[in-house]
Amino acid sequence: MVNLPEESLIVIKNLCKSFDDDADILNGISINIKKGDLVSIIGPSGCGKSTLLRCLNCLELIDSGYLRVGNVELRRDRPDKRPDDVMLDAAHKIRGEVGMVFQGYNNLFPHKTVLQNVMLAPVVVKKMNAEEARETAMKQLKKVGLAEYSNKYPSTLSGGESQRAAIARALAMNPKVMLYDEPTSALDPVLVGEVLQVMKDLDSEGMTQIIVTHEMQFARDASDYIVFLDKGEIVECDDGDALFANPRSPRTREFLRHFTGMAVAC
Amino acid sequence: MGPLNSEKPASRSWISALLCALVLQACAASFAYAAAEDGYNVLRWGGDSEGGFPFMFPNPKNHDELIGFEVDIVDELARHLGKKTVYVNNAWDNLIPGLTRGLYDMAINGLEVTPEHEEAVNFSIPYYKTFLQLAVRKENNDISDLESCRGKIVGTLKESYAQMVLEELGDVEIRTYIVEANTYEDLQNGRIDAALFDSPIAIYSAGFNPEIKFVGPPIGEITYAIAVTKENGALLRDINEALVQLRDSGKLREIYDRWNLWSPLMAAEFNDYSPRAVEMTRYNEWAEAHRPEITLSARLKRYAGFLPDFARAAVITMEVSITAMLIAILLGLALAITRVFAPKWAALSAAAFVEFMRGTPVLIQLFFIFYGLPNVGIKLSPFWAGAVGLGLNYAAYEAEIYRAGLFAIPSTQWEAALALGMTRLQAMREVILPQAMRVVIPPITNDFISLLKDSSLVSIITMVDLTKAYGQLAATYYDYFGPGIMVAFIYLLIGLPFVKFSRYAERRLAEQDKGGKRGHDNNFYRMSARWR
Repeated sequence: MVNLPEESLIVIKNLCKSFDDDADILNGISINIKKGDLVSIIGPSGCGKSTLLRCLNCLELIDSGYLRVGNVELRRDRPDKRPDDVMLDAAHKIRGEVGMVFQGYNNLFPHKTVLQNVMLAPVVVKKMNAEEARETAMKQLKKVGLAEYSNKYPSTLSGGESQRAAIARALAMNPKVMLYDEPTSALDPVLVGEVLQVMKDLDSEGMTQIIVTHEMQFARDASDYIVFLDKGEIVECDDGDALFANPRSPRTREFLRHFTGMAVAC
Repeated sequence: MGPLNSEKPASRSWISALLCALVLQACAASFAYAAAEDGYNVLRWGGDSEGGFPFMFPNPKNHDELIGFEVDIVDELARHLGKKTVYVNNAWDNLIPGLTRGLYDMAINGLEVTPEHEEAVNFSIPYYKTFLQLAVRKENNDISDLESCRGKIVGTLKESYAQMVLEELGDVEIRTYIVEANTYEDLQNGRIDAALFDSPIAIYSAGFNPEIKFVGPPIGEITYAIAVTKENGALLRDINEALVQLRDSGKLREIYDRWNLWSPLMAAEFNDYSPRAVEMTRYNEWAEAHRPEITLSARLKRYAGFLPDFARAAVITMEVSITAMLIAILLGLALAITRVFAPKWAALSAAAFVEFMRGTPVLIQLFFIFYGLPNVGIKLSPFWAGAVGLGLNYAAYEAEIYRAGLFAIPSTQWEAALALGMTRLQAMREVILPQAMRVVIPPITNDFISLLKDSSLVSIITMVDLTKAYGQLAATYYDYFGPGIMVAFIYLLIGLPFVKFSRYAERRLAEQDKGGKRGHDNNFYRMSARWR
């Protein structure tokens, strides 16, 4: 049994991850995330924010460091050694505790209807019976406003609807935390709002959420705090207004100036 | 010591057969025979129903019945030995390998006693002697004997004595045929100048044809005998004794008279110069049925009579094809998954298997499985040899299709499935394979139709499939036209359901992907835009 210091739901200590091509590197990330927090991760392209999210979900196995989600722990200190079964087992368990929504909007299973997409994992992974899974799925679809879309195929949905369906699909597994990897970056501007609204609703229900995003306004307004990541390190971590109004690090200032400048130029 | 000795009681045959199988690999062939039901009072004999008239051929009036003077001889022989006959069909080229493989106890079908044959098997005393007969078109006066064939085109049977004689003569353009009827057809059409064949074949191919005449004196001497395995001395002795008695009692002479095959050569051989005692009824029936120019309605009626034969052969073709396809689909899937997901050594072995099966002719694979594997004790029935051979071959192709299908599914689908907590196996089963399947249905259908046609190769391992049935009927009636059209249509009909299924699957796929809207259909490509 793991004791839970500071009631953190997620504990990351000294997490390192690099790739052969050195494109994305994480250099010793440490952060604790409490239950019910909504955390936004911002940073320039290639800063490692997507990699951090994928490490949290164990889609990428960390090179070294410590990771705890709920009461599942994963520790690795020998990156040169192949991951053992204990580690792979922990990774699988962590994936079960974490829901993830990806960038782009073609991550739904195209051969299944929206309802079947949401039902699939509970039936296959949790061995839920079909009736119960259908009820859960419909509940989640109602939550994201897609109840009447249940029998449509993903190819007929708009980008925003797809992302909301993906959120419902992840929620159906009853995760402890939801991760979003730039969920609105591929969307038409008018559709961004409906997806962000779902996340706000979930926040008010007490869901723990971590969002990698370029929606600065949303990050500032909705987040409990914002993490600024650059070159594989956490440069600054503060609540939205403080970070935007008064960034402490020159790197943060540089990034924000660039970003808002671009936004103005558009 | 061979268990084939027919005098032994069955139980002892069993034991000795078992001993043989254990002690001597070479005896493995006998095992199946001895284990066969009623093993010791059955005479299993091999021949080729396509081997040709008048040796053995399907009765034109009833295709299920095999007739021919050799069939009559076998019947007399079996009666004399007190055994029941069981006929095993095999391609003529493979009669000797089939005998050594133990498919049957003796082979008879115009087998000539040659040194090469004698190395592999034992021969009985001759039951028939004949010579080569030269045939030309009736208006041809250039060719009067073998010598005058120089500089001409002469047709004959592939790998026969006649071919050897022509090669020795030199300066002759030799055309070899597999089906004798084709040779005489070509002779009549003027594609060749002369045909040189064993006299019985010449008589039955052209003896009644007013367009063709026989010229020249008898050429050479051909001796036909019954082949028995080297190990089976007892059967050889029995056959020889029987042949002597049948000769002396005049039974053989009767058979030859009925079939119009008595000749001065045979008179000298049997030392029997008496006049004919029975009418040549069998020959007359044949000549009657084969006189050229039958009426259209008679022809159509004859074609209708082919239908049951084709139906039976079509069932064989479908059974072999479907079994082979099931093997190919399942094994192909295993190969593809191994290549993509398994450890390196397993993936490499799977890749090697695929390359090996794709890189060698399926014909050789079939020969090897059917005639080669018994050498190491693996003995498959013709059906399973065919199904497994084709199945293994096509598995290699299916594996590559599946692999392409797996790679066609974007990696984001994998990640989405794994992120939902699925194991790799669950993701594979629920998410990746169903999508990959839809991608590969059209090419797999394509392969199945190709397999359907390749299944005609099983005729070389003694099965009577559609193609073989076509060959038999066409050779029997001298008619490659009508039966050819019929058999082509039957192949199309068998393939049709799979084409339909593929269309249906494609349409469903399009509906899901495009949300009920049709995708790029033919009208899209026909749209009225300028080409240039």
